[in-house]
Amino acid sequence: MKGSLIIIAFFATGVLLGVSNKLPQNLIPSAWSNYALYLLMFLAGVGIGADRQSWKVIRAINLKILLVPAGIIAGTFIGVAISSLLIPSLQLREVLAVGAGFGYYSLSGIFISELHSQTLGVIALVSNILREIFTLLFVPLLVKYFGNLAGIASGAATAMDTTLPVISKYSGRDYAIISLFSGIVLTILVPIFVTFILTVGK
Amino acid sequence: MTIILLLMICGIIIGIVFGRYPLVLKINEKLLNTAIYLLLLLLGIAVGVNDKIINNIYTIGLQALIITIGAIAGSVAFCWLIYKTYFHLK
Repeated sequence: MKGSLIIIAFFATGVLLGVSNKLPQNLIPSAWSNYALYLLMFLAGVGIGADRQSWKVIRAINLKILLVPAGIIAGTFIGVAISSLLIPSLQLREVLAVGAGFGYYSLSGIFISELHSQTLGVIALVSNILREIFTLLFVPLLVKYFGNLAGIASGAATAMDTTLPVISKYSGRDYAIISLFSGIVLTILVPIFVTFILTVGK
Repeated sequence: MTIILLLMICGIIIGIVFGRYPLVLKINEKLLNTAIYLLLLLLGIAVGVNDKIINNIYTIGLQALIITIGAIAGSVAFCWLIYKTYFHLK
């Protein structure tokens, strides 16, 4: 939670600096933020590779566990496709890309603004922050009415870190391992899905 | 697109090889956080100077909310089915 607040604070500071219109022109992001994105991807990869805990979890799986991230992926894409009917100003592809953030807002927001447009990047940032906040608030209710996987489904990629404690509390500790696994799989898939959706067929 | 994915795969391989040293993980986490903070600050600045976004902030927020509701409802529904079929065995 503290991490999320810091991230939002950085973004908000940027917005205020931008709105104030007092920045020198050369500070306004341009092509070189592309290299920052490359660096980010590389570092994210190192983090995934170096995380012994995650690899242990992935090795310990049985096939049934794979159904959880698969269900979250299918459910998210079908759900946001229905949402897109209510948003005529956005193309289906754009809405799918936002959904493919799976709650990993920092990466998906940055990614989509670089690959597509800043407007869609901001939609992705806000939408995926809301996914995390909603999950933190409603896991108890979701688990009560929709079973022990509901918190993991709602949290998606965040189920491996920020929303893991609350999921583990309400779904039980044996579901924490499923939560961790599903969150890790979705986290790895975020950049792959987002780039695929936004670049294929263009 | 290929560059991004290749870089990520390179990172994962390097991480697997050097991840046994705790220091690597620690430094990487610091760098990763710094990169994320910096990029979000830059995204914030880009958004702040973009009148098109600032003037439409309510529309953008509403669109984001509609997408979030769809994403959560869809994944919770699918996982409910999976839970009842495969996990909730008596």
